[in-house]
Amino acid sequence: MYVSAVFLPLIGSFIAGILVFVGAITKPEKKKNIDQMAHMVTVGAMLLSAVAATIAFIDVVVYGNAVVIKVWTWVESGSLKFSWELRGDTLSLIMLLMVTWVSSMIHIYSIGYMSHDNSIPRFMSYLSLFTFFMLMLVTSNNLIQLFFGWEGVGLASYLLIGFWYNRPSACAAAIKAFVVNRVGDFGFALGIFATFLLFDTISFDAIFGLAEEKSNAVITVFGGEFHALTVICLLLFVGAMGKSAQLGLHTWLPDAMEGPTPVSALIHAATMVTAGVFMVARLSPLFEYSDTALTVVILVGASTAIFAATIACVQNDIKRVIAYSTCSQLGYMFFALGVSAYSAGMFHLITHAFFKALLFLGAGSVIHAMSDEQDMRKMGGLYKLIPVTYVLMWVGSLALAGIWPFSGFYSKDIVLEAAWGAHTGIGYYAFWMGIVAAFLTAFYSWRLLILTFHGENRADEITLAHVHESPKVMILPLVFLAIGALFVGILTFDFFVGDQATEFWGNSILILSSHPALENAHHVPIWVKYLPLFVGVAGIALAYLMYMFAPELPGALANGFHRTHRFLVRKWYFDEIYDRLFVKPAFTLGYGFWKSGDGALIDGVGPDGIAATTLNIARRAGALQSGYLYHYAFAMLLGIAGLTTWFLVTMS
Amino acid sequence: MNNFPWLSVITFAPMIGVLFILLIRGNPEVEARNTRAVALWTSLITFAVSLGIWVKFDNAIVGFQFEEKAVWMESLGLAYHLGVDGISMFFILLSTLLTVLCIAASWISITDRVKEYMISFLVLETLMIGMFSALDLVLFYVFFEGVLIPMFLIIGVWGGPRRNYAAFKFFLYTLVGSVLMLLAILTMIFESGTADITILLNHDFPVSLQPWLWLAFFASFAVKVPMWPVHTWLPDAHVEAPTAGSVILAGVLLKFGGYGFLRFSLPMFPIASADFTPFIFGLSVIAIIYTSLVALAQEDMKKLIAYSSVAHMGFVTMGCFAANQQGIEGAIIQMLSHGVVSAALFLIVGIVYDRIHSREISSYGGLVHRMPFYALIFMIFMLASVGLPGTSGFVGEFLILIGTFQVNTWVALLGATGVIIGAAYMLYLYRRVIFGELTKEDLKKILDVSPREIAVFAPLIFIVFFMGIYPIPFLDVMHSSVENLMERYHSALAAHDAVAILAK
Repeated sequence: MYVSAVFLPLIGSFIAGILVFVGAITKPEKKKNIDQMAHMVTVGAMLLSAVAATIAFIDVVVYGNAVVIKVWTWVESGSLKFSWELRGDTLSLIMLLMVTWVSSMIHIYSIGYMSHDNSIPRFMSYLSLFTFFMLMLVTSNNLIQLFFGWEGVGLASYLLIGFWYNRPSACAAAIKAFVVNRVGDFGFALGIFATFLLFDTISFDAIFGLAEEKSNAVITVFGGEFHALTVICLLLFVGAMGKSAQLGLHTWLPDAMEGPTPVSALIHAATMVTAGVFMVARLSPLFEYSDTALTVVILVGASTAIFAATIACVQNDIKRVIAYSTCSQLGYMFFALGVSAYSAGMFHLITHAFFKALLFLGAGSVIHAMSDEQDMRKMGGLYKLIPVTYVLMWVGSLALAGIWPFSGFYSKDIVLEAAWGAHTGIGYYAFWMGIVAAFLTAFYSWRLLILTFHGENRADEITLAHVHESPKVMILPLVFLAIGALFVGILTFDFFVGDQATEFWGNSILILSSHPALENAHHVPIWVKYLPLFVGVAGIALAYLMYMFAPELPGALANGFHRTHRFLVRKWYFDEIYDRLFVKPAFTLGYGFWKSGDGALIDGVGPDGIAATTLNIARRAGALQSGYLYHYAFAMLLGIAGLTTWFLVTMS
Repeated sequence: MNNFPWLSVITFAPMIGVLFILLIRGNPEVEARNTRAVALWTSLITFAVSLGIWVKFDNAIVGFQFEEKAVWMESLGLAYHLGVDGISMFFILLSTLLTVLCIAASWISITDRVKEYMISFLVLETLMIGMFSALDLVLFYVFFEGVLIPMFLIIGVWGGPRRNYAAFKFFLYTLVGSVLMLLAILTMIFESGTADITILLNHDFPVSLQPWLWLAFFASFAVKVPMWPVHTWLPDAHVEAPTAGSVILAGVLLKFGGYGFLRFSLPMFPIASADFTPFIFGLSVIAIIYTSLVALAQEDMKKLIAYSSVAHMGFVTMGCFAANQQGIEGAIIQMLSHGVVSAALFLIVGIVYDRIHSREISSYGGLVHRMPFYALIFMIFMLASVGLPGTSGFVGEFLILIGTFQVNTWVALLGATGVIIGAAYMLYLYRRVIFGELTKEDLKKILDVSPREIAVFAPLIFIVFFMGIYPIPFLDVMHSSVENLMERYHSALAAHDAVAILAK
């Protein structure tokens, strides 16, 4: 069951990949058949995989039969040995279940969304390929297979962002995503090397078993002696920051919105970007022994939460608003992990997967209706035209803003309470940042709703005439996700973080007794409990005030604080700074090394220089040979004179 | 079959093909056609026989296998002596495989002097196999240097417009190194009284002599690898060489250096190797970062891939001198992987060059519209080149870096930055050639890869994934030989340290 759940998407992807080339040689009128076959194969494989995952989930989580399935040995070199293995414990299975079901829904949605595209088999193949890599990631039993899935999803993300390869912006965004992720992976790889240096193994069970024993070990790296586990955790966390678009390595995520919307929903909201969160949770037995690393996780998470939320408030592209929102929500998950409330972080991950995928697909439905318009300034008043989408977007936004009884309410609450419950300075920092971000979250969510669905319609007439509700094949997955956004929180709260949590998680997460934040989260003051809900409602009210009742206010504010506004619109200038600091210098250096290093210096002094000097000497020597007899005679005379003089001098 | 002279047969089988080609007569067209057929069959049979040594190879044997020995000049200890171990075996397979592909890839693109061309390649094949299997210093030197001649001709006769400059540059660079190596070889024979590599591997050269011998060999190997700053012949040679020439050059010839370090420098001059390790690390790191950045700025496809080769070979030298099992096995895997991947990348450039006759990146764009198969093949090798897990490139680079990290964390850190820049220049190249809209007039009728071309790529794709997903069969062959090498290296160092401590 477990193996088939992981490998079915790969088979689907492979068959769809063959269909791409079959499609290239069939007649245009038959192309529809190929497209349908691609749909059937990939969606079928995905649904089967989801069913298999469900059965495996019941077996492992409900009946408590955790497993490790070895496929085959991958590499063996000296003491380094690792295999292709599938690890089945609660943490893996939760992810497996979520990924397969959300991915299935997005496969189905894509049938409708991509119906006008002429590369359907390729798209479906990429989607399934992505899912396979994601499943390899969440079921890995050693750091290298985790890295395999990690880079694999990066590849699939690159392919999907650049899916419309005719657009230069899509190609640029795809490269950016891959390269920025590589920066993160660079840290990840170094973390693996350091792990091997310390533990002499890289498989999870062995590392986790030795972690306590090595909790005080020091390691000599990069010219200094450091606490070993801190070094390892921080390096690995750089990888998590890249994949989960945390502050500093977040720049690729908004640009990734160049890809088709189902991609944004699947990869850049529900699954891939949460890989970093999953990784830290998976490695809780290491992170627990390094308070420094945990503090960094909190700091980065809390700062990202607030940073991304401020930018989301001024974006006009509907997908970019949601993208920054994702960035911000990932920050919440990270600071939950940082206070050792791993299960709270995972809880938010799961609920977020549902409501954020819903929001993205809802936005996709809007974009589909508006003939590919993404700018909210050209929308407005759509609620009468696409009422079902409107309602579903409300559900998603309510969940995102953390309003009772939607699932976001439960997960965001427990995350914030855990931050408070840590009773540390950095914990309070995270709590207050989280509260402000929650206010902003509600504000930008309703700004989005109002700009898109209310007020006057600002689109041109041709677009407006085409506005239509999405087909059933797109609405059904939305309904499924909406049900998740409504009920996942309330139904699973007890298992994730409530009374039955210990039994539910089994051994898959370790929390030391010196980190009681999650325990304390259940005993916080009443105002801590209600503050998130209160600021959520306040944010919604402010959005209504600014965009519904006093529409001249935003403009006035932007003018009044135009420096701040500009700062936010330019996304804190990260892209500009990176461009100046890394991209341009890399090209300049490359060109300089090439022309002056290789060309002028090495070749100029080396082979070309020697050749030129040789030629020069030969030419001078040649100039001496004039061909006139008296020249030679004169030279001989000079020579004889010289020799005679020398003889005379030495003899005497 | 135990006494079957496997290595002699594989080494000289191509020469039989050469004889047949020399006998071919007829009008030019028939002659060319028959020549191609004979060359292809010869190389195919050679490859098939060479697979036999993999099948019959015994992983447990520490020393050399398939040994053949015929004494030649007893007074000097010279002999015709062949044999393979876990380090050299795959390089022979790489040579025989790539020769087949080179001949198939030249099917249409070479129409001038076909006979001489095919003879050059078959002679080259003999010399390459001989180089990797020679167990006598002088014999090794003959093969090692002999390779220069057909390669010089291939670049100089069938090359591009600046072929003379490139051919001479290639020749001079490699020759300067070789002269020093010859001196070192003579010194070694007089010092030890034998040219037998199996004996020399366990001969302790005087500590005072080792640095000089090491440097002399280094001069030759560093040019071959090529290491920074003696790499500048490579881009010129690649740009001017015909496609198949680039394939062999990148695929096999560059491995001579890495192979030489493992066969000679580390086991024979261990003390000097240890002393020079920081020097090699420094050059490797510079090579990786410097040439990766240079690759980013290239406008010529072949030059870009040539520079990327220098960067990838920088990993190899790094791994060799990390001198632990992961480092060395990684270096061998990386050499094999690079042999396959860079060969494929040059073939990929060759395909569009055959059609459009331009290597400029700017004369392409949007090829995916007309050539989807080509785009897929290019994608696979691009990913292998950037070391995506699941491809052969990952296993090599990863093992090298994890090995190096145990020895020197800074070197591993700086080397790993090459992985980031590597992704940048390859993706940037791919985007400019394959993606975008197809606007250029001459590209609008370009044809996708032909079945012949697919047949050339198929084995390479297979190897890339095979080595990426299940590299165990490759690693198993290496283990005993590499362990033996390391034991020799580290025990020599320990003995030296013990003496040094006593001397105090």
